[in-house]
Amino acid sequence: MNIKERDKKYNDYLEAKIPKTKPWPTLFHAFWIGGLICLIGEIFKDLFLLIPNMTEENAGIFESVSIIVLASILTGFGLYDKIGAYAGAGSIVPISGFSNSITSPAIEFKREGLIFGLCAKMFIIAGPVIVSGLVASIVVGLIYFVF
Amino acid sequence: MKKIGKQTIEFEHSVNILGSFSIVGPKEGKGNFSEYFDKILDDDLFGQKSYEKAERKMFLTAVLGALKSCNLKTSDIDVLLGGDLMNQIISSNFTARELQSPFLGIFGACSTMVESLIVGASLIDGNCFKNVACFTGSHFSTAEKQFRYPLELGTQRPPTSQWTVTGAGCTILSSVNSDIKIKQATIGKVVDWNVSDLNNMGGAMAPAALETLYTFFEDTKTTPNDYDLILTGDLGKLGSEILRDLMEFRGYKLGTNYGDCGQMIFNKNQKVFQGGSGCGCVASVLNSYVIKRLKQKKAKNAVIVATGALMSTLSSQQGDSIPCIAQLVLLETKNV
Repeated sequence: MNIKERDKKYNDYLEAKIPKTKPWPTLFHAFWIGGLICLIGEIFKDLFLLIPNMTEENAGIFESVSIIVLASILTGFGLYDKIGAYAGAGSIVPISGFSNSITSPAIEFKREGLIFGLCAKMFIIAGPVIVSGLVASIVVGLIYFVF
Repeated sequence: MKKIGKQTIEFEHSVNILGSFSIVGPKEGKGNFSEYFDKILDDDLFGQKSYEKAERKMFLTAVLGALKSCNLKTSDIDVLLGGDLMNQIISSNFTARELQSPFLGIFGACSTMVESLIVGASLIDGNCFKNVACFTGSHFSTAEKQFRYPLELGTQRPPTSQWTVTGAGCTILSSVNSDIKIKQATIGKVVDWNVSDLNNMGGAMAPAALETLYTFFEDTKTTPNDYDLILTGDLGKLGSEILRDLMEFRGYKLGTNYGDCGQMIFNKNQKVFQGGSGCGCVASVLNSYVIKRLKQKKAKNAVIVATGALMSTLSSQQGDSIPCIAQLVLLETKNV
């Protein structure tokens, strides 16, 4: 048996052998935690709307900021990673996940100093998301400009 | 010292294990070997400002503890052999700085413990050195930081993943007689069966363990039944099952005397998926459970096969598969 055949055979064997993530429990966890985070967001929004002269749009912005701050605090207390381990995408997809992805490297790398540690490493996870967001907005902007 | 077969060395002078020490973190302390470890930390920061500093303090504690266990002083060490998973093996370098003994830094990823024993035993067998201290270890939090994600990031681990052991171990080898001896060693080749999944280290390393263990049996003309204990380093549950399959395919059936330190170190309720990994896994188990079993004459010999994955984050990001290695030593007790 040549090396390529052996490697292929072994990788096929591994593929069959490895335990797979169970989709239904994982989906359920993601669904209810994700839903809960959005529900909390909606509650925040409704509360902000109680403030006199608050517009719908501003209440939405305040809601996002509140969820970001809350997730960041939970990350600092070492709770968000536990939520994430349970909920998976349920706690990664909402804006709280984005907050966690910035706060967690900031905590991790603060020992390497403020500039080269905390500030430089803060975006190692969120960086690609920000880059994609910027690129997408440039493309959309150009389309808007041309047409 | 003579070579037998293709890759195996037999030590002709007496190479003895004189002292040993194991130190582990709180999670490992709640695992299956809690009664065997010499020191269990309450806090994995070990009173330090960073996990990297905690890792080197564990190393230093392990070396000093091992020296104390056989009533030796730092000045009695002819050479220190150590390595770890951190870039430029900093934990070992800083430990050697504190100890001020001659030092050879080695790297074999998670096979470092056995690699250091092979080098140390060869130095003693060469009649040049009297006492050699071999040490290594790992820390969950430093390994996560270097190889994976920040600790507080809310991600899910895949079911094939393993948990880096927070722990360190030190073995003092000596030409002075003791009950446990290193008799043989097999130096492994770098084996790569084109596995590139960083979350399946057991699957990547099992072929390396197979090649070394198979060569050892062929070289020494023995079978798995000739040994009381055959332990792999950190293949984990999945990896050790794969090794059983692969060995059987090559004509050697591993029986109940075979186990894996990674699979055994944690208990089932500790949510570590396939089990432990890291230099500290085999280092802490070897210097606690294995040596105590041999000392108590509950086993007359033990084959230790430490496996290591030799990739870096850079090589993986550039699309390379994971090269792996396995190093083997045979420990024996005197007249059981």
